[in-house]
Amino acid sequence: MKALALLGLALLAGAVYAEPLGLPPVPIPADNPQSAEKIKLGDKLFHDKRFSSTGAVACSNCHDDAKAFTDSPRRVSEGVNKLTGTRNAPTVINAAYMKTQFWDGRSPSLEDQALYPFLNPVEMALPDHGPILKIVRNDPDYAAAFQSVFGKSGEAITMKEVTQAIASFERTVVAGNSPFDRWYYGHDERALTPAQVRGFQVFVGQGRCVSCHVIEQTQALFTDNRFHNIGVGITAVQADVPKLAGAFLEAKAKGVDVDVAVLTDKKTSELGRFAVTDQFDDLGGFKTPTLRNIALTAPYMHDGSLKTLKDVMTHYNNGGIAKAGDRVNDFLSGGIRPLNLTSQQMDDLVAFMQALTSPEFAQTAAKAK
Amino acid sequence: MTTNLSRRAFLKGATALAAAQALPISLVELAFADESQNFTFAYISDSHIQHIRGAKFVRNWDRGLIRAVAETNLLHPKPDFIMFGGDLAQLGSKPELDHGAEMLSALSGKVHHVMGEHDYYLDLGEYWSQLFGPHYYSFDHKGVHFVVLNSILTFDDWTFNRWPTAEQRMAEMAGLDNPNGSPFMVGDKQREWLRQDLEKVDKNTPLVVFSHSPLQKIYKGWNFWTEDAEPVQELLKPFAKVNVLYGHVHQIQYNQIGNISFHSVMATAWPWPYPASYAQAEQYLPKLTVPMNRADPFFERDATGWQFINMANGNVDLRYTLYENRSREVAYNDKTKQPEDSAYQPDSARIPPQTHY
Repeated sequence: MKALALLGLALLAGAVYAEPLGLPPVPIPADNPQSAEKIKLGDKLFHDKRFSSTGAVACSNCHDDAKAFTDSPRRVSEGVNKLTGTRNAPTVINAAYMKTQFWDGRSPSLEDQALYPFLNPVEMALPDHGPILKIVRNDPDYAAAFQSVFGKSGEAITMKEVTQAIASFERTVVAGNSPFDRWYYGHDERALTPAQVRGFQVFVGQGRCVSCHVIEQTQALFTDNRFHNIGVGITAVQADVPKLAGAFLEAKAKGVDVDVAVLTDKKTSELGRFAVTDQFDDLGGFKTPTLRNIALTAPYMHDGSLKTLKDVMTHYNNGGIAKAGDRVNDFLSGGIRPLNLTSQQMDDLVAFMQALTSPEFAQTAAKAK
Repeated sequence: MTTNLSRRAFLKGATALAAAQALPISLVELAFADESQNFTFAYISDSHIQHIRGAKFVRNWDRGLIRAVAETNLLHPKPDFIMFGGDLAQLGSKPELDHGAEMLSALSGKVHHVMGEHDYYLDLGEYWSQLFGPHYYSFDHKGVHFVVLNSILTFDDWTFNRWPTAEQRMAEMAGLDNPNGSPFMVGDKQREWLRQDLEKVDKNTPLVVFSHSPLQKIYKGWNFWTEDAEPVQELLKPFAKVNVLYGHVHQIQYNQIGNISFHSVMATAWPWPYPASYAQAEQYLPKLTVPMNRADPFFERDATGWQFINMANGNVDLRYTLYENRSREVAYNDKTKQPEDSAYQPDSARIPPQTHY
């Protein structure tokens, strides 16, 4: 946490602060400028277990600082009373750069995203945001902090301020400066092993990974911020898609809560981005995640169905199926096709993935073990 | 006045387009006394299923057809029928036609077929006929007269005398810009059949003609062309409302000639560019008003797709389902009396075309 606090303070210096190697400046919304106190307040809110129906679940339960802000090695996240959802917790690290939040992009910003887990029955399970506001308006520490940061107290404190503070904190959870960054942007030839360099060549060449996991001339977010059906999850529910899609659209027309539907029903979850846009093109499509710190955040994919990075490479190499011989799903993205990689090339890719770990998280992960 | 509501509701149900705009609707004519006669059908075309050897087929083209079939099956309410617009096969072979037919068998609903040149020039449509029926025919549905033409015929001399083998004849016609090819036509015999078929139809009956080639002269070098387009159009002239739907060009085109609205449909296999981008000299192509977005070569399905068609008051409105790209709608504008892609008419809405290649 020390590194993050320092970064938070550094953010305030503005001109003085330089973003980590390999990353662009963090986008900060005009109506929610960063301040040291706001970041600290957000940090506290993020780790507060009282904002759940059982008093046992904070944001940090599933986005644990010590596990690169995920709940690795869980396949899917666990909320109140050991209830599980349908999706693998994405890391908060560098989420500030994402154009949408959640695996299916159903939320447009960090501020908006923070509203939902509090209310989802399999996450923090509050009936409404009332209990949170009661605490932050009455707890002396919170009351003082909200007064100081937002100049507000009592009824004037709303979820807008709460989520702004949480988002401000999350905007400090950024990390670059990985061996890859030092090699690619810092021109340090010794930063990568020969296997990692070979893996990079596969990444930008025969593996075609870079088409979605974007690397640019001065920065690499390793995402295109788009949604693709890569054959995970939906493959298992293919026969049900016509019924599922129809039933979901009917339910949505009647006002069903999409956030609840996708986290509580496994099959509905597999509709992916379609649940948000209703477009056929988005059936089974999920957001391209960043690959930064990927070695620390197993298991993989929106449903946590792939245990290891080698499993991921195998899935892509098969052209969007986990096991050769499985039926490719009808809605597979046109960007996915068999790659004919050798086992060596796939191992090199995995080695390259390990070069994307930021030093501060490598340390926390090692300590957590 | 028909109500806009019912068509909007249909569109919402059909693709469940929560976020998309409804079609521009300003229909004042009432071709049908009863709105329940308005209906929809889906249109899939140009799949070019290609045999490699044994049980191996080109994966990319397979995926395109599989996806279009799966999505067509998701339409709600169900389309009244499905058209397949020709070029199911790449080289007209039995394995290709069988493999394509098998994929199409997953469609829930009646499928009508149009002959494409890739289906025809190996055995002159013999095996295709065993699978899919006659080369040209007509049918009536809910007050609309539908005609299916085989518009990819050519001169007898080219077809019967020029090539040493059926395989070579097929290969010569399979190229896009092969100078050894020959212009497509409907031909005297079929035009006479068409004349007789249309004689029996009331001139106020909406007419929909399915053809593989455009039934208009676009670009001869790529056979975006029908040699006897004018005499065919002449036969369609007496009708109040005529819609021609053609495949073959693998891109979105629309045009109005007199009383005839022309629409192309997309391919599920791959896109072609508009011939203008290939032009080496001044030419007189129909003006392209809305250029297609250039396809991203990484995404094999980009600039391919399929369409469903709303038949209302005798006009066809097409909604193109495109992949990794913006879906498009081309609908008859009753004010300007022609089909239009209304979303892209203002320059500000356009995606700038790529002008260098």
